[in-house]
Amino acid sequence: MRLDWEIARRGWRRYAAYPWATVAGVFTNTIFGFLQAYILLAVFRHRGDVGGYDARDTVTYVWLAQALIMTVYIFGWYEFALRIRDGSIATDLVRPLDPQRYWLAYDLGRAPYHLLFRGVPPFIVGALVFDLRYPSPLAAVAFLVSVTLAVVVSLGFRFLYNSAAFWLLDYRGIATVSVCIVVFFSGMTLPLTFFPGWLRTIANVLPFASILQSPVDIWLGKRHGLELAGTLALQVFWAVVLLGLGRLALRSGSRKLVVQGG
Amino acid sequence: MIEVEGLSKQFVVRRGRFRRERHIVEAVRDISFRVERGELLGYLGPNGAGKSTTIKMLTGILVPSAGRVQVAGLDPSRRRIELARKIGAMFGQRIQLWWDLPLIDSFELLRHIYRVPADRYRASLARFREVLELDPFLSTPVRQLSLGQRIRGELTAAMLHEPELLFLDEPTIGLDVVAKQRVRDFLVEINRENGVTVLLTTHDLGDIERLCSRLLVIDHGKLIWDGGIAELKERYGPERMLIVDLEEPAPPLQVEGARVEKVDGPRQWLRFQGPAAELTARVAATARLVDLQITEPDIEEIVRRIYQSS
Amino acid sequence: MVEPVFLWRRLVGAQIRSQLQYRASFVLDVTGAFLISFIDFVAVLVIFHNVPQLGTWNVHEVALLYAVSSISFALTDLAIGHLDQFPQKVRDGNFDILLVRPRGTLYQVICSDFALRRLGKAAQGGLVLVYALASLHVDWTVGRAALLVVAVPAGTVIFASVWVVGACLAFWTTDGGEFTNAFTYGGTFLAQYPIDIYSAWLRRFLAYVVALAFVCYFPSLYVLGKPDPLGLPRLLDFASPLVALAAALAAGMIWRGAVRHYRSAGG
Repeated sequence: MRLDWEIARRGWRRYAAYPWATVAGVFTNTIFGFLQAYILLAVFRHRGDVGGYDARDTVTYVWLAQALIMTVYIFGWYEFALRIRDGSIATDLVRPLDPQRYWLAYDLGRAPYHLLFRGVPPFIVGALVFDLRYPSPLAAVAFLVSVTLAVVVSLGFRFLYNSAAFWLLDYRGIATVSVCIVVFFSGMTLPLTFFPGWLRTIANVLPFASILQSPVDIWLGKRHGLELAGTLALQVFWAVVLLGLGRLALRSGSRKLVVQGG
Repeated sequence: MIEVEGLSKQFVVRRGRFRRERHIVEAVRDISFRVERGELLGYLGPNGAGKSTTIKMLTGILVPSAGRVQVAGLDPSRRRIELARKIGAMFGQRIQLWWDLPLIDSFELLRHIYRVPADRYRASLARFREVLELDPFLSTPVRQLSLGQRIRGELTAAMLHEPELLFLDEPTIGLDVVAKQRVRDFLVEINRENGVTVLLTTHDLGDIERLCSRLLVIDHGKLIWDGGIAELKERYGPERMLIVDLEEPAPPLQVEGARVEKVDGPRQWLRFQGPAAELTARVAATARLVDLQITEPDIEEIVRRIYQSS
Repeated sequence: MVEPVFLWRRLVGAQIRSQLQYRASFVLDVTGAFLISFIDFVAVLVIFHNVPQLGTWNVHEVALLYAVSSISFALTDLAIGHLDQFPQKVRDGNFDILLVRPRGTLYQVICSDFALRRLGKAAQGGLVLVYALASLHVDWTVGRAALLVVAVPAGTVIFASVWVVGACLAFWTTDGGEFTNAFTYGGTFLAQYPIDIYSAWLRRFLAYVVALAFVCYFPSLYVLGKPDPLGLPRLLDFASPLVALAAALAAGMIWRGAVRHYRSAGG
């Protein structure tokens, strides 16, 4: 437990060590927030409602997405793959510290930093300029729980596509495809509510909605009571599944390493 | 060939996160030396002493803070491109070849960068292929080469355009003994026959012993030695070792002019200065000898003494 | 003028030969890139699934915007996509050797790699362009055709210029010569500086903001014969080639300044 805390702190520090990167990121997120907001608002000049979202919901969605983008680390993450590729994984596996557990603890230390320092500032800007929707106290708490689960789901998936490095010399191909899928099906590109029916169904079956769409829907108050519990449960489900698949990948990958010598 | 006067370089280093404090680091302090055409010299110094910084100023990579530099009659920081045609550089731990392409492609591209005429290129390449035995891996992508193979490729890359002056930073690192020998022989050859001036930065004392007649030693930014290896040995390591094997183990020999440093069974190590003949006679008179050897001071030890004394 | 292109062509030739050696993997790569880039366009289609128009733009017109910027971006990526790794290259100390060669450093950096697989994204942009032009009823004039043809290369140059300027930040990541890390043989991600994170963002910034402005917006307005909804002067429609030129010059100067800083502050 103590070890996990130390690892989490390392995750926090690794990003806290570069405050200027955070500033640059906040700037970029803010700009994108405005861009996306205006594009999507243009849609609402013709309609009052899209898939259950009104204009206010959608704008709030945009700013929440920008706030969460780094927290749930939607874009490419390769730290684990790089360790596999450069051989450090061999020493990692000898140590009594499970790599998946390590990266999970690390990510759970990183996420709060990003939420506070990358997420809050752009959101504040958005809140000042636009008329956003705010959650009830219960929804707010549920939102935080949901974000934490989203981080775990995201880490589970990232760990998986990083594991491709055990087998592929050039894992970047798989990684890029994976990231594209996440970006699209998490609701980062567009809220999933915008999708036509059949596409929406596909999105609901995939785990990625749990990474962004779910927490945002909770904040927007779109899930109540049983539905709320259901959403959280689904996140837990996907977290378990992805981490489980990750463990399998880790086991079979390390076996391959031992046999082939990396 | 190289003229350096009062050369200095300071860096401003910032530590800390948001508001960073400035420290001024003096990497090179007031260095002066001359290198004539056709010399082959070594440049030594502990890590962080200022070796790389000096080399960078000589090659035009860095602009000096103070002092005067002339390399092949040109000011490196002002006439970089002109100078680049005449010099070649190889940094042993860095990569200048195209990573994804076959080795030969890197050579071809460099040929065009340096604008080497086709026939000169072919002749030059043929020579390297023979000396460094490049043929087995000429068509292999650089990323798949072993360290030793890559080093040989990098060396070739540095010399393909037949420069007058070569800067080599750890050129034999990662090479096996045979390859090291070939590279050293080759450097001697181009130096003696083609008159190429070579400035060799290295930690490999074997390189120094075998190649360099002159050494520059830098520490903490200052030049602490500029002279021949023989004088260096005389100054810092005038003592030699007489190793004697006695018929049977004995207590440390008491002999005038020598000091016993180590005893291991019948073998004793005696440190001495000056001619060996007299001492040998005296030792023979004192004890029954089976065999003896005389060893020269280890250059590693000498260098260590220099670093420690400065 | 011909000579620099000659070297670059040799590089491209060598890269093509080398990458075609692993033909299967290469085809997969290109196809993958092709499909992935469709996701961006799918987002556009999804939006128009919900509304007939965005502002005064219909789906085919937006497709034109998308196509022009997409092709330009892909071509830039093709030629200098490797600039993303430039900060690491500088940190590893692999930039210095370029200063010991008798050529400009920017030129050498551009000639250090070529990513053939980005052809997939360019091809996708091309398809969307065909779709857009086929669906639109453009009142073609020589001027319009010419501007459209010029828009893509101009866009490529504009993107490339911004990208190069972004890469210049790499020269400020070292704190001073041998006194900070530079020797990470093989590179370790964990020691990565913020600039790398920043440069990934810069790409997206380029793709949207810069693209929207000069690469595709104004030329498209002209080609489509639309009045500018933003009410900006019509002269701007022809701005892209000039902006490209100015951007290239600016990028070159900024690069030179950055290298000058690097050479005095500590390679």
